[in-house]
Amino acid sequence: MKKEFSQNLGFFGLFLCMLTTILALGSIIYFIAARGFSVLSWSFLTQVPYSAMTKGGIAPVIVGTFYITLGAIMFALPLGIACAVYLCEYSPKSIVVNIIRISINNLAGVPSVVFGLFGLAVFVKFFGFGVSILSGSLTLGILALPMIISSAQEALLAVPQSIREASLSLGATKWGTIKNIVLPTALPGILTGVILSIGRVAGETAPILFTAAAFYTRGYPKSVFSEVMALPYHIYALMTEGAHPDKQRAIAYGCSLVLLFLVLFISGFAIFLRQRQRSLYG
Amino acid sequence: MDNKIKMQAKNVDFFYGKNQALKNVNLNVYANKVTAMIGPSGCGKSTFIRLFNRMNELVAHTTLKGKILLDDLDINSPLVDAVDIRKRVGMVFQKPNPFPKTIFENISYGLKVNGIKDKAFIEQKVEDSLKKAVIWAEVKDRLNDSALKLSGGQQQRLCIARCLAVETEVILFDEPCASLDPISTAKIEELILELKKDYSIVIVTHNMQQAARVSDYTGFFLLGELIEFGKTQDIFTAPKDKKTEAYITGRFG
Amino acid sequence: MKILRFKERLYKWIFTILAFASLFFLMGIVLVLVKESLPIFQKVNFFKFIFGRSWYPTYNPAEFGILPLILASIWVTLGAVVVCVPLGVGSALYLNELAGRRQKAVLKPIVELLASIPSVVFGFFGVVILTPLLQKVFHLPTGLTALNASIILGVMATPTVCSIAEDALNYVPNAFREASFAVGATRWQTLTQVIIPAAGSGIATAIILGMSRAIGETMTVLMVAGGSAVIPHTFLEPVRPMTAAIAAEMGEAPMGGSHYHALFAIALILFVITFIFNVIAEIISRSFRVKLGLSG
Repeated sequence: MKKEFSQNLGFFGLFLCMLTTILALGSIIYFIAARGFSVLSWSFLTQVPYSAMTKGGIAPVIVGTFYITLGAIMFALPLGIACAVYLCEYSPKSIVVNIIRISINNLAGVPSVVFGLFGLAVFVKFFGFGVSILSGSLTLGILALPMIISSAQEALLAVPQSIREASLSLGATKWGTIKNIVLPTALPGILTGVILSIGRVAGETAPILFTAAAFYTRGYPKSVFSEVMALPYHIYALMTEGAHPDKQRAIAYGCSLVLLFLVLFISGFAIFLRQRQRSLYG
Repeated sequence: MDNKIKMQAKNVDFFYGKNQALKNVNLNVYANKVTAMIGPSGCGKSTFIRLFNRMNELVAHTTLKGKILLDDLDINSPLVDAVDIRKRVGMVFQKPNPFPKTIFENISYGLKVNGIKDKAFIEQKVEDSLKKAVIWAEVKDRLNDSALKLSGGQQQRLCIARCLAVETEVILFDEPCASLDPISTAKIEELILELKKDYSIVIVTHNMQQAARVSDYTGFFLLGELIEFGKTQDIFTAPKDKKTEAYITGRFG
Repeated sequence: MKILRFKERLYKWIFTILAFASLFFLMGIVLVLVKESLPIFQKVNFFKFIFGRSWYPTYNPAEFGILPLILASIWVTLGAVVVCVPLGVGSALYLNELAGRRQKAVLKPIVELLASIPSVVFGFFGVVILTPLLQKVFHLPTGLTALNASIILGVMATPTVCSIAEDALNYVPNAFREASFAVGATRWQTLTQVIIPAAGSGIATAIILGMSRAIGETMTVLMVAGGSAVIPHTFLEPVRPMTAAIAAEMGEAPMGGSHYHALFAIALILFVITFIFNVIAEIISRSFRVKLGLSG
């Protein structure tokens, strides 16, 4: 049967596509895990680097990533939720809303290196924050904003209209309804989105290239105006700078594994949470 | 008619965009009586009942002409806040819609949003409301459980209790039994008859038997018009309009 | 009465103002890019800038022709498309048509998880694993080439393309499928003649967004493309895409100098390109939703 043959061939092709995708991405994880694992040790995670980046650990690098990410989320979260609340709860359907929607979509599509330049021109230079945690966090925060808005929007839209009406029918005000009923109900969904964007932000390199990251700093960052080492930038820097490429490469493997583990763990956790929420409500 | 008028609709026209959903409706809601609205689906009865607590304001692009009075107060006057009207005119919805909170919080919510903080008072009020809604016996040992764990019928009685906790004067029931089984329906109907001692009640239903069982007055809606309004007994035994007769004898609907 | 609700109106205003943040930042980005790149166009003619064939920003006299960078970006993006379209769309079709419920419940989250791998990790992988491999296979002086960048970018964009394409396939009403089976079509015929055309513009959106992601991607191309700013002739040569040029040179460009402004101008052009991609994707996906009778 010719029909059946072409069908089987086609389906086999699709299967190959799926397999290749999983294998290609799986092999990246595998190689980095296999080679990075030997570098990992307790001291690698808890010590500061020394001997021109060829010895010691990456503790300040991990801490730096943590600070920058935390700062970015602290900046983007309230703004993102407020924006989503406006779009879902307050906005009459109008041109204004469309303009806001379009700008969110386009902001989400801006290349990350462009965010970096924006941060350089505005936060580092114009506001004079210098190359610092603050500049990096603000830059990454803007990058995370569209992600947080759309996940918060999704969570707010999932709140049934009927319980909004119930609250209003009891004499609650609009803001009272949002604060007491809508936001608490949407909270798990919003959190899931936030966790997902933490994963994304923690792995971004280009935006912090000129706004926050340094190849080497002595010890831990001291204030929000300090330069920091950050995991993603550190991997890049270890591969391209410094005087001992071979020794640095081993550390780069370790950093990659740590970053990969962090990001996959955070994202995996968020995806797991979302899956569970969907099966609870849907 | 010798009863006191609680709410009144005067020459009400209502539009969704350009579609006219209600045409010149005049109707009285009498104090401590049950007023039922019947008619086929899409006839405007649900739209109409939602005007009594200004719920239709939540829908975009709607226009209202005419007046709705609550004790002679024009509820749509620019000086009147919808929030204050909704405190006096409560609503029970088609589908039970408890908040995803505990049973206790569901009832106390209305009190809290109205600024009541006295704990003992709130506890007492929660108990009273649940008792009035005849659900106290079933939930008294699990007030801190999620309201979503209750059965559909229990949830609907919880929603009624939630409405009673606020010092409401009128209760609007928008097809309250549409999603319930016959036993739960019977309980709700009993409850409505009990509640009319203290409240004025409006109920929308597409179940004519239900209207006949619980209401004192009945209005028949068709295509946005109030075809006939009068004492339930009269409507069901001697309808004046041919269309009403056709509907209640089951020739369409 | 109205005064009592002052708080209500205040909150509404606060939310309204905050809602404009995205627009504000987007405008800010445009403004900064335009302002910082204008000085270069006073020195170099706009067309000479775009079509100039030599990029020697640090020479004396410096030359600012970004054609090699633009071509490099186009080359690696097209190369990435060759990789990510069959893989991404093929995987999406597999997930939608062939994978059972349980298989899909496992595979879909995995694909999404893979989408979250940071680009710098892809770049690192490209440098340490793929580069020596390519060098050996093709007997090259260096494995850091356009081909390397294309492969890595393609693999990287695959999960994105797959997820969006799968969503598009999901929107195709089941009735289409049943109608096709009812007239005796096989599953494969149904897939190629009914499902894919119906989801066509949704899949196109996925591809465009994948391309947009590839052309704007920085770290991977910075690390694996090789960085040579000459007009490429084959995929086996090192190239320097626009993003890589910005990332690599901004650190050394003296603030306020011509080089600095030229890099902002590159970013502006990059921004315009991705903006156009996104607008096209938006228009196509909107018409797709209208076609299938979904709300805009």
